[in-house]
Amino acid sequence: MKFGVVVFPGSNCDLDSYYMVKDVLKQPVEYLWHRDKDLKGVDCVILPGGFTYGDYLRPGAIAGFSPLVESVKEFAHKGGLVLGICNGFQVLTEAGLLPGALYLNISLQFRCVFTYLKVENNRTPFTNLTEDRALKIPVAHGDGNYYADPETLTELEKNGRIVFRYCNPEGEVTKEANPNGSLDNIAGICNEKGNVLGMMPHPERAGEELLGSDDGKIIFDSILKFWGEN
Amino acid sequence: MWKAKIQVTLKKSVLDPQGATVEKALKALGYDNIGDVRVGKYLEVVVEGKDNEEVEEQVVEMCQRLLTNPVIEDYTFEVTEV
Repeated sequence: MKFGVVVFPGSNCDLDSYYMVKDVLKQPVEYLWHRDKDLKGVDCVILPGGFTYGDYLRPGAIAGFSPLVESVKEFAHKGGLVLGICNGFQVLTEAGLLPGALYLNISLQFRCVFTYLKVENNRTPFTNLTEDRALKIPVAHGDGNYYADPETLTELEKNGRIVFRYCNPEGEVTKEANPNGSLDNIAGICNEKGNVLGMMPHPERAGEELLGSDDGKIIFDSILKFWGEN
Repeated sequence: MWKAKIQVTLKKSVLDPQGATVEKALKALGYDNIGDVRVGKYLEVVVEGKDNEEVEEQVVEMCQRLLTNPVIEDYTFEVTEV
């Protein structure tokens, strides 16, 4: 299974994602430059974390118009797997591939901490190997406060599109476990078909025990499992 | 030539953490008679165009496509000849 990692000016988790796929997952991976249109035949596109275009105007706003993101939209509409991590999640909302918006953390602080995630939907291509326990995966962001209007939230809830919520180590979704003020503790959502996932926490930074947790690898292993079965 | 002056704020339904913090600071300074502080953005764009109407139409389009995120933000603007 071939992965592609998109590189925008200001991406800073592109190498982490590349390393995760190549050295931990042992799968082929290529960088995809934001000004190109060619997805180089990849089977899964990763939009990595960082500060595309300096986060000017709004995080992800300008990246949403890049030529490569146009190709990613087509790829996603055809059912291609797309994983947006942190700034990549912000790009997906700005590009209209996922609903809602991510804005300034309620604390006004940049939060760089381990969080725990309750998996609300284990039937997606990204979570099919998760078990009934909280995943320990870090966040690092200043704009991770998820907002959507009440109708959108209801729709997301009803259709299992809320994939992750921030919780405590015991798996309870509490106000204290919410690092950024996101509505309903939302940490990650998917599109209607389930092939596009956006999440603020960084699974690529939690791929080996040496890093404090290898729970992030479960996300990538799930992608491989899905790919193998389809 | 025309100049568009555009103000962007978070929607009323969206919590404004910056506004809330500024409000607390103002109150700490003794301004007890204030409330509902909202922090926003101000943009200026110089536009070439035939008339006010044409320019306004374009400004609305730019606001909707890029300058604001309609999910969380509202905007107002004025266009003047320069």
